[in-house]
Amino acid sequence: MTVTTEIGKPRARKEDARLVTGQTNWTDNIVLPGMVHVAYLRSPMAHARITSVDVSAARGTSGVIAAFSGADFAAEQGSLPCAWPVTPDIVIPAHPPMATDEVRYVGEIVACVVARDRYAAADALELIDVEYEPLPAVLDMEAALAEGSPKVHEAGNKSFVWPFAQGDVDAAFRDAPVVIERTYRQQRLIPCAMEPRATVAAMVGDEITLWTATQIPHVLRFLIAAVLGIPEQNIRVIAPDVGGGFGSKLQVTAEEFLAVLLARKLGRPVKWTESRSEGNLAVHHGRDQLQRIKVAADRDGRLRGLSVDLLADMGAYLMLVTPGVPLLGAFMYPAIYKMDAYSFKCTGVFTTKMPTDAYRGAGRPEATYAIEHVMDDLAAELGMDPLELRKRNWITHEEFPFTSIAGLTYDSGNYEAATAKAVELFGYDDLRKEQAARRESGDPIQLGIGISTFTEMCGLAPSRVLGSLAYGAGGWEHAAVRMLPTGKVEVVTGSSAHGQGHETAWSQIVADRLGVPFEDIRVLHGDTLVSPKGMDTYGSRSLTVGGIAVVGACDKVIEKAKTIAAGLLEVSSDDLEWTPGRWSVRGDPEQGRSIAEISLATFAAHNLPDGVEPSLDSESTYDPNNFSFPHGTHLCAVEVDTETGQVKIRSYVAVDDVGVVVNPVIVEGQVHGGLAQGIAQALYEEAAYDADGNLLTTTLADYLIPSAADLPTFVTERTETPSTTNPLGVKGVGEAGTIASTPAVVDAVIDALRPLGVTDVQMPCTAERVWRAINEAKGDAR
Amino acid sequence: MTKVSMTIDGVRYDDEVEPRMLLVHYLRDVAGRTGTPIGCDTSNCGACTVLLNGLSAKSCSVLAVQADDAEITTIQGMANGEWHPLQQAFHEEHALQCGYCTPGMIMAAADLLRDNPDPTEQEVREGLEGNLCRCTGYQNIVRAVMRAAGASQGAAS
Repeated sequence: MTVTTEIGKPRARKEDARLVTGQTNWTDNIVLPGMVHVAYLRSPMAHARITSVDVSAARGTSGVIAAFSGADFAAEQGSLPCAWPVTPDIVIPAHPPMATDEVRYVGEIVACVVARDRYAAADALELIDVEYEPLPAVLDMEAALAEGSPKVHEAGNKSFVWPFAQGDVDAAFRDAPVVIERTYRQQRLIPCAMEPRATVAAMVGDEITLWTATQIPHVLRFLIAAVLGIPEQNIRVIAPDVGGGFGSKLQVTAEEFLAVLLARKLGRPVKWTESRSEGNLAVHHGRDQLQRIKVAADRDGRLRGLSVDLLADMGAYLMLVTPGVPLLGAFMYPAIYKMDAYSFKCTGVFTTKMPTDAYRGAGRPEATYAIEHVMDDLAAELGMDPLELRKRNWITHEEFPFTSIAGLTYDSGNYEAATAKAVELFGYDDLRKEQAARRESGDPIQLGIGISTFTEMCGLAPSRVLGSLAYGAGGWEHAAVRMLPTGKVEVVTGSSAHGQGHETAWSQIVADRLGVPFEDIRVLHGDTLVSPKGMDTYGSRSLTVGGIAVVGACDKVIEKAKTIAAGLLEVSSDDLEWTPGRWSVRGDPEQGRSIAEISLATFAAHNLPDGVEPSLDSESTYDPNNFSFPHGTHLCAVEVDTETGQVKIRSYVAVDDVGVVVNPVIVEGQVHGGLAQGIAQALYEEAAYDADGNLLTTTLADYLIPSAADLPTFVTERTETPSTTNPLGVKGVGEAGTIASTPAVVDAVIDALRPLGVTDVQMPCTAERVWRAINEAKGDAR
Repeated sequence: MTKVSMTIDGVRYDDEVEPRMLLVHYLRDVAGRTGTPIGCDTSNCGACTVLLNGLSAKSCSVLAVQADDAEITTIQGMANGEWHPLQQAFHEEHALQCGYCTPGMIMAAADLLRDNPDPTEQEVREGLEGNLCRCTGYQNIVRAVMRAAGASQGAAS
């Protein structure tokens, strides 16, 4: 098939026209006749029994339509769903959207007010009287698992234990010349999509429409039906313009369920928009794991075995995929390295904090951090250059396809090529020389180099693999292509964009495949009435799964058009050949019909062949047969002021291999944004709770998202090793930057300080923490 | 209730508002100018930035009554038949992904370029410190502002 120039073209985005002019349709913009506003009262206690809730004073206030406590919803609200029961004996506690008798984190909803405007609703919240009987907060995972710990739930603080082993781990560690053991802490993060969550629900007759800032309109529709018992055919979920997600909007939330129930109870459209402080409390958090990692190696650096014992903080409840997040990491610890044996054990632990769930990378950044970090520690132990250690252990490009010790079959990759390019762009050898000189001279500004030769599993996911891991749904994606009579094209996708640029990228795929102009294509998404089937957007899956469904739907259109063209041209379809945009007679290209002509002829339907339906439309559902495995080499140089602990990123080089690139501008943007979030974990961000379980970082004044002034200019380049498991050769890019960058930055900080005796710095590596680490290493802890 | 009058994107509005009403809520909920979004409640994110009498202001940190008699320009008032050079540059440099921070970022950049028509990259980074973006890592935003500065310079010379 001839390929047009659309694949790989740096197109500016179609989406931008509405976004740069303010003609956006955020959920909070929606105004419906008779619409009323909801405000939620949230628990100020980390753990308490609710002894009474009195909403009567709120009910009598001017402008207030209603006020409710959990008891008012007890019969109908059900329990928020967890779709990933990772083990048969997992403890999944009941999780009512509005608490009825006990609260288990600060921010849990205990009551609500519905009023004419948002100010009146907020005022009336103050009149609700809740009596709590305090119970002990449970904040630390190790303490939570200790004998005699107060319990978060009646069944205890352990949700599940998930073990995995491959190869003879005992043998790998027995008599190993080098064994190192480390404990790393993945701090808790707050996703902080720029658009706070918002939801509008309206019920007309039996039909409910929910507009909501979500990544998953289709999954949400199914779960509203399954949990609340509303007939699925009566539910329409619309994700209007959605302002970022990063996993935080991959959720079925209390506020969405309650909006549905309130709209039904009150017979009026209801709207809820959260404030940022409310969001920091009650949008699911990410990470929060304690990683004990042990590695066995030979003296020459060859890896023998790896063992990981993980504690994962679930928070107070299991939300949509809470327990599955650390398992996505389970398969990534061996990364790009060959070894004889691997064991992994994850214990899911309940604490009285906001539940955790997917945040950009979801399990894979944590795993990548630990393996890349421990490789640096091992290199230091062996006195070897950390890049050399990686080379001795990575899968070489001749060895693909390669089945990792964790059981994943990596279809393609070229770690040597990406690394060589990164090393050159970075000026690795010169920087090492400068580092040596600064060490020699005792320069107060020390230079450190961090390396991340990462891979990730993307394109979630083959349905049967998800089934084998006990996930509740499949991993396919759906698309439809509709040829309009004028030759223009409507593309319907089950992927649900919230900043990715699907409208542009999908147009490029269709333009390439069908040979129609990019401008003639419109992409429809994010509304279950318009796009009735889908598995939505997360896990770098949109292009690698959803994009392939679009290809499938295009190919079906081309096949249908062939039959119709043959009829129009009065030739056998065997005599036709396709060049993008046109079927013509082989050997006589003048004799042919463009796809637009065929579309019009199909619409008129005057002389279609017998038995051919007058439609060129098609649908396709694609279920991948493998994950995709983007990889890359990221190198970071930092300058650390050893007198103040201040860390400054001096240069950052990212060479990513995401397979074939549909739009390099979009890919580069995804890498930039991913880097910013990964660097933020390394240097800036942490969700902190005090000893009583109060979140201390409720605002953006306390939770430090980096600004333009905090980040460097990145050097980004690519190598291109096409995926062999899908027809576009694509691999996904949404999470790569975040996964790769955290270990590159932290390892650079530690690399700068190793001569001073510093072996680790807890993330985020703030000036204070770095300064303390330096002074503790000097034996001068204060 | 207090009377306020202001001009928003060239149109005059007269309303009675609660004295506590934030300017951003007035813009969005009363005047229906929803192009200006709200991203936080502590004036850290800058998503709600508008021009108030020509100077950038975070409209979540101003009361509607404080804007009495003011001239407000929002993102919806930036295009004048054709896109403002900043809107064009943001599009061409892929300086937005989800687009939620974009209105504030463009308005802050407009004030930055008014103040400093030929900034260095570092000056752009520092000048936009009060506007947070979670998608782009800022690199293309900086590039877009530099490009818009170049375009305006080119037009002026």
